[in-house]
Amino acid sequence: MTASKPPRSLKKKTRLGENVIQAFFFFCGFVSIFTTLGIVLALGSQALRFFGEPDINPIELITSIKWSPNIGEIGIWPLVTSTLMTTLLALLVAIPLGLAAAIYLSEYATPKVRNTLKPILEILAGVPTVVYGYFALTFMTPFLRSIFGTDIVKIYNMASAGLVCGIMIIPLICSMSEDALRAVPRSLREGSFGLGATKLETSLKVVLPAALSGVIAAIVVGTSRAVGETMIMATAAGAGPNFTFNPFESAETMAGHIVRISGGDIDYNSIDYTSIFIVGLTLFLMTLGLNFLSRYFVNKYREVYE
Amino acid sequence: MKNNIASRNRTAKIGQSVMFGSTLFALVALVALLLNVVNRSFGNVIVRREMEASAFSPTPLDQLSRDDLAALVKRIADSDDYEGLTRGAYRRMDLEKPFAERSKDDIIGIINERLIKEEVVTSFTMWQTVFDQAGMNAELAKLNKSLKVGSPEGRIEFRSWINSRFFTQTMGSVAENSGIRVAILGSLAVIALTMLLALPIGIGAAIYLEEYAVKSRLNDLIQTNITNLAGVPSIIYGMLGLFVFVRALESFTSGAMFGITDSNGRTVLSAGLTMSLLVLPIIIINAQEAIRAVPNSLRQASYGIGATKWETIRDHIMPAALPGIMTGTILAMSRAMGETAPMVVIGASTFIVSDPTGPFSKFTTLPIQIYTWTAQPDEQFRNIAAAAILVLLVTLLSLNMIAILLRNRFSK
Amino acid sequence: MQPQKQNSKPKEQKMLAEKASIFYGSFRAVADVTLPVYERQITAIIGPSGCGKSTLLRAFNRMNDLVQGARVDGKVLLDGEDIYGAEVDAVAVRRRVGMVFQRPNPFPKSIYDNVAYGVRLGNSRISKPELDSIVEQSLRGAALWDEVKDKLKSSGTALSGGQQQRLCIARAIAVQPDVLLMDEPCSALDPIATIKIEELMQTLKERYTIMIVTHNMQQASRASDYTVMMMMRADRAGEMIEFDETKRIFTNPRDKRTEDYVSGRFG
Repeated sequence: MTASKPPRSLKKKTRLGENVIQAFFFFCGFVSIFTTLGIVLALGSQALRFFGEPDINPIELITSIKWSPNIGEIGIWPLVTSTLMTTLLALLVAIPLGLAAAIYLSEYATPKVRNTLKPILEILAGVPTVVYGYFALTFMTPFLRSIFGTDIVKIYNMASAGLVCGIMIIPLICSMSEDALRAVPRSLREGSFGLGATKLETSLKVVLPAALSGVIAAIVVGTSRAVGETMIMATAAGAGPNFTFNPFESAETMAGHIVRISGGDIDYNSIDYTSIFIVGLTLFLMTLGLNFLSRYFVNKYREVYE
Repeated sequence: MKNNIASRNRTAKIGQSVMFGSTLFALVALVALLLNVVNRSFGNVIVRREMEASAFSPTPLDQLSRDDLAALVKRIADSDDYEGLTRGAYRRMDLEKPFAERSKDDIIGIINERLIKEEVVTSFTMWQTVFDQAGMNAELAKLNKSLKVGSPEGRIEFRSWINSRFFTQTMGSVAENSGIRVAILGSLAVIALTMLLALPIGIGAAIYLEEYAVKSRLNDLIQTNITNLAGVPSIIYGMLGLFVFVRALESFTSGAMFGITDSNGRTVLSAGLTMSLLVLPIIIINAQEAIRAVPNSLRQASYGIGATKWETIRDHIMPAALPGIMTGTILAMSRAMGETAPMVVIGASTFIVSDPTGPFSKFTTLPIQIYTWTAQPDEQFRNIAAAAILVLLVTLLSLNMIAILLRNRFSK
Repeated sequence: MQPQKQNSKPKEQKMLAEKASIFYGSFRAVADVTLPVYERQITAIIGPSGCGKSTLLRAFNRMNDLVQGARVDGKVLLDGEDIYGAEVDAVAVRRRVGMVFQRPNPFPKSIYDNVAYGVRLGNSRISKPELDSIVEQSLRGAALWDEVKDKLKSSGTALSGGQQQRLCIARAIAVQPDVLLMDEPCSALDPIATIKIEELMQTLKERYTIMIVTHNMQQASRASDYTVMMMMRADRAGEMIEFDETKRIFTNPRDKRTEDYVSGRFG
């Protein structure tokens, strides 16, 4: 170390590499914006093209109950109702089971039990949906048919697809709800125990209400997943739009419809091609709305406890 | 009062059991799912064959070498004893592709197809195989009674639908001759491309948001947008890919721009681009968490010594965040590996016999095969679908295991 | 607020804050500080918690730049040049004004690499023998060489707290700065390690100008040549209420609040 240090300039240096790298990182951040723009552009432009077709009366989209675009019938209801039916069935399975599991894991389970059960839920969450589809078709459907009779339950039916979809979203609802339950401060539980409440009473009447907005957020996210679920529906719910509220009937959901139509050799100038984009747009708006709703509820519980 | 407490305690007990049962349901479902797949991956079948291999070869075929098999075929053809493989047929096949160049599986395939003519008539589940001997025998008897006199009788054999040929064969018109070779190669190609594109961009975006972005409207928008994209159904990404990559950029994704003429936009490249957009939010969100977990003291130490921002990121933040980023990467990879819907939408081929050779090849993936085979009415296709699911699940489980190990190893 | 007549020969000003105010967004954290920092002297900053001592210290090497919305009004001169000037590079400032932090924060790298890191950044083509010699001199300079010379390849984070802090000092002086800023460098250390750092400061001041923030009155009175007393105003901005030779601050301060503080009546 020399005693006299060379005077070192404080002048700004141009660090070209540094600027290039920063520009690259900014570009990376911006790719996600392009993705969203791409989605909106893709769905929007083709939907407009669809409505521009000569035989199409846009209002029929929500007034008719028949979907068969190549002969001019464009009522989207059959696809929407079957989507809502399967979603409802899925939630009937996933809300009670997922929530009960969340309460158990957060309020009852010892760390050891928790560390054993959590990975199982994680594995269940990591199973590809096409595998759930196989499960629905080769296990759930025969199971339902053996209970309710083969005359009543069709080979392809909404019940089987919906119930299996419910199993699929259990881990999601469970882990999000558990996070919300664990965020409830201890003092609240202690207050309840101090009044002589049992653990069950404390869990259900004190902790659960306190975590309610987080639990609702979990349910909403689960709903969004069920609405957008594709492969289970395409495999097990049936091909062909059907306006029915009988869960044992076969009826195609929105996502299932998109997969079936686009899976074939599709002519890019046909009305079939543009019609799937109107279905896609509807699906996108539904899930987007649900996602915003869940964010609202998440922020609400974060405000309270964090 | 006392009664009241007793009944409340009883309710509490029941409630606890109900909740424990609900938690166990996940385990039950997982076991049912796996058993259902295993149940159909192995089991007895009823097969009929025109002749047994022992008629012309004392040693089982798969124990012979490639050259022995080629010689065997030649000997059979020269003898002209068998209708299925005459001298003329041999010459035609040799012209198509010389036997000297054909692989062992290829030659066995020819023998099966022309001489043995194996046909799986019925397949049984593992459960039936173990517990329902009588039922299987009845089925066999019924079949044999219905056959014409002189045609080969059926017999019951055990079959593992996962076998070495399942991995090496391409697709076939019947389940026994179908394999997942092309699908596995296709999956690997798509995932490699996906990761190649999504990793640098995803990590770059995370670095931007955590280290460079100041609080502003634009950056808030980027962050919100990424969270939203994570919740968009995968099929919508498929439609994006169909519209942008398959159609609008067809000349690029089909390779026409580079002089490739025999292809359309439904290529490995389109699939990789689509998939990378799909996994991007997963990679970004995980990488952000990993970067956020790097202690601030490390940044200060680096800046305090006169390191620039990039030097700090490169030398200190990235190495410290790496395990977390790796975990996210593996999660994204397993997501890409199991994703089906967007691949169907952008037009993965459902029947394809040639391996993907590059980014401009047509392709199929393992989940696509599973979906296609599940949709076939033939029971045997359900069997190979189950076998393919087993392969997929084992791969995914090992990946997840690595992710969990990584996480446990590096989290204090 | 110049120090009163000095009894020793006049010192040169290495750095000078001129009416420096530090803002976080619209909040003024430090108000109007004018403070000379004399070359090869130790200047201590004392004052009750939250009065902006660390914030002021960090203004001398632009570490506050890293906090979003932070801004400095006024001037901070280094050898007469304003380090907040439009043409000035913050990275270059930090290479001449090094910093040691409250908690020892060695890089999770080997002892050798910890010291060599900053040197390599400035000169990527430096030869191995040259680098070796800088590492050795820096570690000697930080009074750590004898303890670590046999384990230069082992991790810096495996050292004891006091050793880690001296490693951080070695790392800082390896790039040959002019000034060393120390932000409560002993607050996380035991008394024996603290004494070692204080002794080290006395050797270091032969070469470097040192500024130190401390909570410890004894440390300020023992180890520093000049002392700055800071207080929080009613609007929560920190202000400098007195600056003088340390001896005078601790024996005969001009401000009543300083007297109360150094005698332990509050703070």
